[in-house]
Amino acid sequence: MKWDEFFVTGDPLIYGAMVSIVVVSLAILITLAVTKRFGWLWNEWLTTVDHKRIGIMYILAALLMLFRGGVDALMMRLQLATPDMTFLASQHYNEVFSTHGTIMILFMAMPFVLGMMNIVVPLQIGARDVAFPVLNAISFWLFFAGAMLFNLSFIIGGSPDAGWSAYFPLASNEFSASVGHNYYSIALQLSGLGTLMTGINFIVTIIKMRAPGMKLWKMPMFTWATLITCIIILFAFPAFTVALAQMMFDRLFGTQFFSMSNGGMDMLWANNFWIWGHPEVYIVILPAFGIFSDVISTFARRNIYGYKSMVFSMFAISILSFLVWAHHFYTMGHSAAVNNVFSIATMAIAVPTGIKIFNWLFTLYKGKIVFPTAMLYSLAFIPIFTIGGVTGVMLAMASADYQYHNTMFLVAHFHYVLIPGTVFGMLAGVYYWFPKIFGFRLNEKIGKISFWLIAIFFNVTFLPLFYLGLDGMARRMYTYSEATGYGPLNLVSSIGAIFLATGFALIFYNVIYSMLKSPRDLHADPWDGRTLEWSIPSPAPFYNFAVTPTVQSEEPLWDYKKKGIPIYRDKIKPIHMPSNSGKPVIMGVLFFLWGFCMVFSWWIPSIIFGAAVFIVMATRSFERDDGYHVPVDEVIATENMLRGENQ
Amino acid sequence: MVKQLFPIKHVMGYLLSLILTFIALSVAYYDLSYATGMGILSITAIIQASVQLFLFMHVGESSDKHAVYINIIYAIFVALIIVFGTLFTMIWGHAGH
Repeated sequence: MKWDEFFVTGDPLIYGAMVSIVVVSLAILITLAVTKRFGWLWNEWLTTVDHKRIGIMYILAALLMLFRGGVDALMMRLQLATPDMTFLASQHYNEVFSTHGTIMILFMAMPFVLGMMNIVVPLQIGARDVAFPVLNAISFWLFFAGAMLFNLSFIIGGSPDAGWSAYFPLASNEFSASVGHNYYSIALQLSGLGTLMTGINFIVTIIKMRAPGMKLWKMPMFTWATLITCIIILFAFPAFTVALAQMMFDRLFGTQFFSMSNGGMDMLWANNFWIWGHPEVYIVILPAFGIFSDVISTFARRNIYGYKSMVFSMFAISILSFLVWAHHFYTMGHSAAVNNVFSIATMAIAVPTGIKIFNWLFTLYKGKIVFPTAMLYSLAFIPIFTIGGVTGVMLAMASADYQYHNTMFLVAHFHYVLIPGTVFGMLAGVYYWFPKIFGFRLNEKIGKISFWLIAIFFNVTFLPLFYLGLDGMARRMYTYSEATGYGPLNLVSSIGAIFLATGFALIFYNVIYSMLKSPRDLHADPWDGRTLEWSIPSPAPFYNFAVTPTVQSEEPLWDYKKKGIPIYRDKIKPIHMPSNSGKPVIMGVLFFLWGFCMVFSWWIPSIIFGAAVFIVMATRSFERDDGYHVPVDEVIATENMLRGENQ
Repeated sequence: MVKQLFPIKHVMGYLLSLILTFIALSVAYYDLSYATGMGILSITAIIQASVQLFLFMHVGESSDKHAVYINIIYAIFVALIIVFGTLFTMIWGHAGH
């Protein structure tokens, strides 16, 4: 292979990206070298098994990917701003929308959700870490290896270009000769394995490690949402693992699962992909629902309305999510019977979701509502998400879907559920739990400006796409002529996208501004919260709970504040904590190298790196590491230091 | 209660799984029709899986057995949905073929 085939050549944008990657990497290395922070980075972050730090790394990675996916989005909006634009060539446009979708779902939404789970769930259930801390670190590094491998594709070898759903036969060797879809199958496989392990980890954590007295029916809503999400992960991701393995075998080893000849069935890919793909959208939305429930209940100063119906509706969603996948390809040529079954199952999902919407509204009813940024996101979510939900029911009607299928209407619909759902949810979570992790709040004023920019210009950007779709503009078309009449609405959408991007940029600015300027209020409970995480000092100490809490209801801290029921009854004892491990990050690097060699079919090095992964696993099996104990003196000293100012 | 020294359940389970394996294996040796063969295989597979789950993996002996049962039922439900749903959409209900 020649060098000019290895690197992507010929496009000034990509040359610019290469230069910026090299410059940024050098800048990071030089900063670390000058400040002598390599040891700190290795000891405090790369080898950590602390669930809070792993969560922070997940969210940092998610923000990085949000930037990457956001730049992709802006490039697409620029290309579509006016008729006959020549900013991106068709091939480049295909690669941009494919990576935008894949990155936003798998490398932005997923790590954001997993990061939130990591940070919040152990704090909400009164645990000191997750059930398998080292496995948790391996999950993170597998995700990170997958994300980096996928992002490498646009400068080395070429990106996937058949959409984020990578339909066959377009994604086969015959029609996509570049290594782009090798990257797709291997990078997603790596991060998918990480997600699967996280799912198992959190199910065990929530089932086994709750504080004494916290029955399942006394868990906070976000913990419930996480448990149900992890059950969906546990059953949906194996289907994706199989589908991706089949794809990899088709592309690298010449099997014929999805080929159009030799007994293969190309549409089987679509089937297998969406068996995972539809539950996946609930995997990213349910934790957001959980966050909204906690945030709305806190800032309406009321307990959540219909606690049990909230949980049962999430269970119903989790079961229904496995029954609807064929609605993604109604137009494939099924009989009417098939489309009817999936159409009705899809509409049924609106029932439990509607129950949740009404529960949130009833929680607000007669509440003493306050409006910090986290609450604004939660309130804006309800009407905007409902538009997304109702257009979803429109799309669910199979006969009508023949009109909407693959148009901008669909694009508008899923942005209307994923942005107010997942993105608003995660942003609400960031604003809400930020003081618990860092000991200071994000600036509310900048937060509110960015909220209004995002909430208003989200609608300016995506509402026109509904009308464009109904006018017949297909998704994924890289340009259009003036005669189509799509020009004005597309221009509106593109202008909205610029302001939307400004809103997101303000969030990044807010984090930096607040790091420098925000007052360090070491108050344990800045929002007048109701659940366990607000009873420990801010920032949360590395062992979380100095004393194991005892819980009597779903709102233990509220009980303590209103009725004086104590949470901490024992004396401080030595705390048993897991020790750090370098093996997860080493495995992450090895998996990355293995994946990279597999992409280019370099068999000998990939066998070597694959064997190295197993060697690390074997050494882990023979390792004797029982963790360590934090002595009582150190716990008391830490608690006094953290609680010092407000006692 | 007298502690049971002879692990009667495990010996029974071991013999049962051996017998089930031989019955399943017989399908390959005798000239059976496709339907009969698959029938025997499915039935022995289901019994075999239950033997493994209940006798060797001790389902139902832990304190949180309800969670384990719910999980198994959910898993079977999802597996059946995926297999028969795929057959339904891709083969039985496919007008294009």
